[in-house]
Amino acid sequence: MAEALAELFAGDANAWRAALLAGRATVRAAVDAVLARLERCERGPGALNAVLAVDAAGARRRADALDADRAAGRVPGPLFGVPVALKANLCAEGLPTSCGSRLLADWCAPYTATAVQRLVDAGAVPVATGNMDEFGMGSSGENSAFGPTRNPWDPGRTPGGSSSGPAALVAAGLVPLALGSDTGGSVRQPAAFCGIAGFKPTYGRVSRHGLVAYGSSLDQVAPLARSVRDLELCLSVLSGADERDATTLPEPPVVPELADEHMTLDGVRVGVCPELLEGEGLDPAVRARVEAAVDRLVELGARRVAVRLPSAAHAVATYYVVAAAEASSNLARFDGVRYGRREGGERSLQEMIAATREAGFGEEVKRRILLGTYVLSRGHAEAWYVQALRVRRRLRDELDAAFEQCDVLVAPTAPTPAFALGEHVRDPLAMYRADALTVPASLAGVPALSVPCGFVDGPAGPLPVGMQVLAPALADARALRVGRLYEEASPWRDRRPPWALPDEVPA
Amino acid sequence: MSAPGGWEAVVGLEVHCQLRTATKLFCGCRNAFGEPPNTLCCEVCTGQPGALPVLNREALALAVRAALALDGEVAGRSEFDRKNYFYCDLPKGYQITQLAHPFCPGARVELPSGEQVRLTRIHLEEDAGKAVHDRGARTLVDLNRAGVPLIEIVSEPDLAGADEAHAYLTELKAILQYAGVSDCDMEKGSLRCDVNVSVRRPGEPLRTKVELKNLNSFSNVKAAIEHEIARQVAAYEAGDPAGFPVQETRGWDDRARTSRPQRGKEDADDYRYFPEPDLPPVEVSAELVERQRGFVPELPAARRRRYVAAFGLSEYDAGVLTASRDVSDFFERAVQLAGEPKEVANWVTNDVLRLVADPDLPHADLGELPLRPGDVADLVRLVAARRVSKSAGRRVLRGVVERGARVEDVVRDLGLEQVDDADAIEAWCRAVLAERPDVVADVRAGKRKAVGALIGAVMQASGGSADPGRVRATLERLIDAGA
Repeated sequence: MAEALAELFAGDANAWRAALLAGRATVRAAVDAVLARLERCERGPGALNAVLAVDAAGARRRADALDADRAAGRVPGPLFGVPVALKANLCAEGLPTSCGSRLLADWCAPYTATAVQRLVDAGAVPVATGNMDEFGMGSSGENSAFGPTRNPWDPGRTPGGSSSGPAALVAAGLVPLALGSDTGGSVRQPAAFCGIAGFKPTYGRVSRHGLVAYGSSLDQVAPLARSVRDLELCLSVLSGADERDATTLPEPPVVPELADEHMTLDGVRVGVCPELLEGEGLDPAVRARVEAAVDRLVELGARRVAVRLPSAAHAVATYYVVAAAEASSNLARFDGVRYGRREGGERSLQEMIAATREAGFGEEVKRRILLGTYVLSRGHAEAWYVQALRVRRRLRDELDAAFEQCDVLVAPTAPTPAFALGEHVRDPLAMYRADALTVPASLAGVPALSVPCGFVDGPAGPLPVGMQVLAPALADARALRVGRLYEEASPWRDRRPPWALPDEVPA
Repeated sequence: MSAPGGWEAVVGLEVHCQLRTATKLFCGCRNAFGEPPNTLCCEVCTGQPGALPVLNREALALAVRAALALDGEVAGRSEFDRKNYFYCDLPKGYQITQLAHPFCPGARVELPSGEQVRLTRIHLEEDAGKAVHDRGARTLVDLNRAGVPLIEIVSEPDLAGADEAHAYLTELKAILQYAGVSDCDMEKGSLRCDVNVSVRRPGEPLRTKVELKNLNSFSNVKAAIEHEIARQVAAYEAGDPAGFPVQETRGWDDRARTSRPQRGKEDADDYRYFPEPDLPPVEVSAELVERQRGFVPELPAARRRRYVAAFGLSEYDAGVLTASRDVSDFFERAVQLAGEPKEVANWVTNDVLRLVADPDLPHADLGELPLRPGDVADLVRLVAARRVSKSAGRRVLRGVVERGARVEDVVRDLGLEQVDDADAIEAWCRAVLAERPDVVADVRAGKRKAVGALIGAVMQASGGSADPGRVRATLERLIDAGA
């Protein structure tokens, strides 16, 4: 039994499901083991601070029901028995949806997000919510009201953000699969920093119903996993129209393209552009890893093509105008009137709203609300918000043109490996610039994968590097196929971080 | 015209009208008035984190129908925007509305006078909840209304004063009711109105406008405009620029019959509009437009013209009959059954509407009254056949309403059949003549009009059943014969 459980924790979600279906363990036993490990991972000096809440009773109930279904001969779902962690901005009955904020610290959603429901319907077992930058605003996890999460590769470094907790939990092998959200790179960048795979689908591919909004025209629910094939499996469950989200696309769910074992990269045109591979601030070691990965793709049959994205230089500025504008409106509902924290109110409504928001929001959230309010305000909207929409449209056009010449576009996920906790806290602009390589796909709404492509030396040991694979809108399966063929032809997937539970010997 | 001393008033109206949909604009909650507070709400209309709006197609269809009824164009593609402001009855901290691309970019209303009022635009938006301030120290919030679909109808400043504004509102309400898009009940808040007023010398460019709010009846709208025109004219005529009207919002105080400043231009909110990212642009198909066009009935202006031309009614009666669709439909059905449009019109405008308005009856409108067009038609036929007198007819209609019975039964039960029997009429007449020798003397002295009093007495004695023509003839014969 212990051996069977150890095997589970060593593998990905596909293997997890297969082992349970083969009868190596019951779902209940597996879930109990996950719950025990989740509790231990937050103890001692190596605590990840990745977990915000655990729903042990709900997870056990769900596990027992799955075992009963199986015993009754019911057809198991594609995610049968797979434990998942949810970013704390996804609504799920039974788990508080704090969004990493003091303002919503104890708030439990009265309904369940479509994405979560689809996972559950496919047999998955939500076990915990993961830590995050408050309302998704941050690239390091340090903007959580509940403290920063540590990177399992080096506890002195950030796991990335804003999906910091879910990424750390998957990288540490505590759950095989997690659901995050990606607005400007919030799943891809932590995946890269933690040495796992993360995928932002085409905008509209996955329902946002029940995802607490940050930048509505950019937000996508996005999975994190240990393998690209798990992302494919997860996306096949998550994707597809939802009548409760008018921005979902009518296209049918994504079907993994790699049903054919003999599928290759022959003739696939891999685009590389100088704006993303030679940009200012790009760590040469990171660039070298991505160049090597492109060479590997060429060895596997792909053809390297040079393309241009001149507007990529303006992507960070554009992103921070658009996302902040939408955030300033999306976060207006946190006024203390109906739910969440309330402060003051003895004098007037305005005084209560101001006191509630002053006490409830952290510094970065306030900064973005102020920025967003400013760029939409009378007399400034034309110069900022409207101008940003123009640049966004141009960037989208440039990407469309690039995809005439190539099938996928490859770039580093982040300009550096995981940086140290505290390194950018005093310099918001440096933190924003670290998003330069992920925001173009967000602004254009195209799918983008981050897959591990090697390691660079850090002071405390190796640090993972991620490669991004961008594809045209709706070509989600293509990005995943290229990433998967690369992953299976490279050794990085099986590397595990040195982090270990308090009573275990590091791997 | 409506402004004194060589001044001319310029008035424009912004009307909010709730659409009569089954559910709210962006969620599946029921759209209803008068339910217990906060019982018609869900995660969407209470603005829970993570909830998203989804457009109600029925609301769009009714909005399109309203535009067509107002002779408007319908945009093939329109867009929603967010209007951002904080208030406790606004759950999301923003209202979803249409700014740059409304679904109807232009329409018009023709007044009974023939005057055309141009509409700048009609757009679709969600209603806010209701804040209740009169329950002790605390403010209570009811979100049943939050998310109810509204159309906002913005007129050009084409109205020349209070009377025209009143006529415009009356016509607008009738059109929207005819089209079945709203019940337009100001008491329930399903119709609301803000007014913009300025004055100028004829030929001048527009001067500073003032917005008036808190107008909860048509008569308040009229009174507030009259008051505002007078206030502005007085301010200009006083000649001191420091006292000239300023751009502001003023609230009407119905009891004090005056307005008070609410908010100046410098306090005006910056709503930071931007395109609503949660809703894709609205596509309105030609099929939807044509289908809704089929649901637009003949409208009051057309009916008025037809009643005058085809039925020979006066402009006034045609206006009374078409003011609301249920009355007009009732009238037309009765005409279909009985012919005699003028007779039917008389019964409807005099008696039926009096019964509707009678405070001693429990019924609030024609629909609730247990009176059918067939009853009026039956009565018209009985009167034409001289079986019931006109004066008895009034009692017949009241009897139908009070007893819930049909015309023939009421006539029989109350004994209102017109008595043609010469002996019976002569007996009533002789009795009355014996009682009133003074009147008889007056008639004999040449005051032939005095006979009217005797006729009335006979009719009363007969319970209204005597044929008044025969009564007069009999009375005159008996008096002349010296009885």
